[in-house]
Amino acid sequence: MSAANETISAGSARTARYFIYAALIILAVVYLLPLYVMLTTSLKPLDEIRGGDMLALPREPSIAAWVRAWGEACIGVSCVGIKGYFWNSIKMVVPAVIISTLLGALNGYVLTKWRFPGHKIVFGMMLFACFIPFQAVLIPMARLLGLMGLSNSTTGLVMVHVIYGLGFTTLFFRNYYEAFPDELVKAAMIDGAGFFRIFWRILLPSSGPIIVVTIIYQFTNIWNDFLFGVSFAGGEASPMTVALNNLVSSSTGVKEYNVDMAAAVFAALPTLFVYIVAGRYFVRGLMAGAVKG
Amino acid sequence: MTTIEPVPVVEPQRQGRTFADGLRNALPKIVLAPSFAVILVFVYGFILWTVYLSFTTSRILPVYKWGGFDAYFRLWSQPNWYVAMQNLAIFGVLYIGICIALGLFIAILMDQRIRAEGVLRPIFLYPMALSFVVTGTAWKWFLNPGLGLENTMHHLGWESFRFDWLVNPKMAIYTVVIAGVWQASGFVMAMFLAGLRGIDGEIVKAAQIDGASNVAIYRRIIIPLLRPVFLSAFIVLAHMAIKSYDLVIALTGGGPGNATELPSTFMYSYTFTRNQMNVGSASAVMMLMGITAIIVPYLYSELREKKQ
Repeated sequence: MSAANETISAGSARTARYFIYAALIILAVVYLLPLYVMLTTSLKPLDEIRGGDMLALPREPSIAAWVRAWGEACIGVSCVGIKGYFWNSIKMVVPAVIISTLLGALNGYVLTKWRFPGHKIVFGMMLFACFIPFQAVLIPMARLLGLMGLSNSTTGLVMVHVIYGLGFTTLFFRNYYEAFPDELVKAAMIDGAGFFRIFWRILLPSSGPIIVVTIIYQFTNIWNDFLFGVSFAGGEASPMTVALNNLVSSSTGVKEYNVDMAAAVFAALPTLFVYIVAGRYFVRGLMAGAVKG
Repeated sequence: MTTIEPVPVVEPQRQGRTFADGLRNALPKIVLAPSFAVILVFVYGFILWTVYLSFTTSRILPVYKWGGFDAYFRLWSQPNWYVAMQNLAIFGVLYIGICIALGLFIAILMDQRIRAEGVLRPIFLYPMALSFVVTGTAWKWFLNPGLGLENTMHHLGWESFRFDWLVNPKMAIYTVVIAGVWQASGFVMAMFLAGLRGIDGEIVKAAQIDGASNVAIYRRIIIPLLRPVFLSAFIVLAHMAIKSYDLVIALTGGGPGNATELPSTFMYSYTFTRNQMNVGSASAVMMLMGITAIIVPYLYSELREKKQ
């Protein structure tokens, strides 16, 4: 849509454009500020933080706080930094993303190309599962994980994330395969190709974009999860987000703001990285998950 | 949602009655069955389990002794629960309202053939990639009464500037709103921007030829055309508001005192730290009912609409 309107004189149009750019730049600065403060604080020594201005650039930038956050900071009683929790998160995210994406692809394939009576109800029920407040399943899940001996374990968290991610991954692939021409599938059937062969040879090779979208969506969601982590995996098995919160909210000893911020940067880094590398797909996933296709 | 027409891709099978044929016919269902079963058990079964627990006398551990509506009576007689509901109302209204207003405003600005759109868009959107815990941690530091924004303003020469919302029980809930809006408004902007880009340029051109001013075009034509986006944004934000947990925990920990208690934090603390599992379950059921009331009509209308 064009904003330029012939009835407006050139002068006021220019003023309007200055206003638009000024407003956008101010807003962009405001949106960047917390990240900027987080980064600069993590690079400052403590006395510079206490004595100085939050917005000032570090006078003597040092990554000492990063080193401390990674390997020495105290979380609870153990002072070995956040590195273990970072790996916990990786060990949780990778299998959970792979399994839930794979299952979602198969489900989406069945729900579009091998329809059966009642497929709509099945899909509707899986769709609603995306939106439930997880508080409504927290107690039974804690109970079950306890009975299975999986409380406080990464395996337990993988299982939980696969289960509650299935709705979204199915949704993504279903809406994508919905637009995939049925004729191709039919033709392959006439040629005698079976269920898995059609999926493997025909659907999957053209599923690149939706696979990327799903992986990014799941990765971001699972990495960023806090509720499941704090409920089902305390202590040693905590994921990164839980460890970060424990570090920041612990009230013992001297408050090391720079270490807190460095830890926050570590927690933010993987998802920010994905966002920078594949932002387009990230936004597509958000949209598909929100407007739900 | 795209078409729901049942496209019978699967040919009605010939009369082959061998086991292999039967297996082949059932294969798609066999593939889907585990996922569906898992959803049935872990979502719907667990919800029923939680509902049942809310009617028991469970305290520190689940017990299955019937307690009737006792937990609900106790829930609704907790001052804490009223604080949580009131906070959810404040947070929900402001969070949804400001996100939509700000998101729409930025989207309209961005839609004016901006030169640096490729640079600006990611800046407004990146907070959405962060975890709520990171957002909470960053804003907790940014708004730190001693060393954060207040201190910065003093350095800039505004000595009398006071900003203690984070530790002020009356104002703390608004810091949650600020951080929440910062995180989600860029996403709402992206939704509106997509909506704006989808509007037929001819309609706008026609209005321009009729001499309508830009403001009038937006007010009378474009914004009304964005109604579906308003609805989607509302649904997404409302359900995020009800589920909000991590952000509060990281930013204020529910405090000072119980000043930023939300239903989600209430549920967690009553269930896992205060040993009133039945009351915790009852509050979870309340949250579920809230979300169901928003989501189900929406999903239902979406699924129906596209059928025609």
